[in-house]
Amino acid sequence: MLITMTLNGKKVADDVAADTLLIDFVRNHGCLSVKRGCETANCGLCTVFMDEKPVLSCSVLAARASGHTITTLEGLQGEAAEFGAFIADQGAEQCGFCNPGFMMNAIALFREKQDPTDEEIKEYLAGNLCRCSGYEGQLRGIRAYLDWKKQREEDAQ
Amino acid sequence: MLTIREYKKVESLEEAYTLNQKKSNRVIGGMIWLKMETLNVGTAIDLSGLGLDTIEETETEFRIGAMASLRALELHEGLAAYTNGAMRESVRHIVGVQLRNLATVGGSLYSRFGFSDVLTMFLVLDAQVELYKGGIVPLSEYAERPKDRDILVRIIVPKKNAKFNYQSVRISQTDIPVLTCASVKDENGYRFAIGARPARAQIYAQPVDKTAEQMAEAVRAEIKTGSSLRGSAEYRRHLAGVLVRRAAHALDAE
Repeated sequence: MLITMTLNGKKVADDVAADTLLIDFVRNHGCLSVKRGCETANCGLCTVFMDEKPVLSCSVLAARASGHTITTLEGLQGEAAEFGAFIADQGAEQCGFCNPGFMMNAIALFREKQDPTDEEIKEYLAGNLCRCSGYEGQLRGIRAYLDWKKQREEDAQ
Repeated sequence: MLTIREYKKVESLEEAYTLNQKKSNRVIGGMIWLKMETLNVGTAIDLSGLGLDTIEETETEFRIGAMASLRALELHEGLAAYTNGAMRESVRHIVGVQLRNLATVGGSLYSRFGFSDVLTMFLVLDAQVELYKGGIVPLSEYAERPKDRDILVRIIVPKKNAKFNYQSVRISQTDIPVLTCASVKDENGYRFAIGARPARAQIYAQPVDKTAEQMAEAVRAEIKTGSSLRGSAEYRRHLAGVLVRRAAHALDAE
């Protein structure tokens, strides 16, 4: 069946099987940041935005995403570079496999809440698993990034 | 593995109902649990084009479309205010934001999972389900029925003068619960819906004049629990008493 969607700002049309999953569709269209971690809808590695909301692309039919707007980390390079530097500064991750899904959901959090508490950060990111770390580095990186952003806004005023 | 031969985004409930009469066809909700089944689906019936993802609030009730996401339940201010935050508490521990943006209330209630936080919560809300052919049925009755091939259209939550609370125990964050306990206090007394026993949630009613400790003892004596990977029957029975007591204290607090 023919489906069309807006993927990272570009119109994409393709012929897919009825059971093609969104994760496979976006990977077949060059978005290799989207990872398959668990296949049981638990790890958050396959997170993409569907109409601005973070969803697990392993559990969405590509057909259902037809007509919608899909964003992957490839489409958020500016935000990703800015925020990712703070995660790297903390040496938060070892293997990095979980990073794209984590970045996506953290960006969703920043868009939803300007000034989240540690509890709100942990709750929002609970569905992003990392098997190398204990999440402390990521939390420090997020705090440092939010502090830096706040400082930048204050300096601008 | 789940395979699907055809996909149909239906344009009407009648079309969904007609397609769903064929045994090999399936309605797709959030596709979270369905995807993990070993199942060959003929036609996947997608209701996402019918506008059933909204939560309407009127003077007397909430009308929640079957395709409303668990995240929508979590963020709805009217539901939060009416349930004293219990609605949000019932869903916020379910895996993560990304999953809750997909999982639907209709999929959760149709599936009637034993571990379902959603079923536990809606039972104390005295919710009704609206079925396309079967009309409006109390959720407590629907939950006990065998799964049929009707289409769950929406859930109706009547507004009453009542106070609600939600508690659950998980061995680790984001895991399915070892025990769930939704509760309500109104002029008729207390009702506790306890799920993940590990069987499906059931309601335990208690009169208004009992103390928290007496209610905890009564529910502990009455409840039927079982053992599973996540806990023994005895552990669940103990937890039932603890959660009922905590819930009663919360419901009694001003």
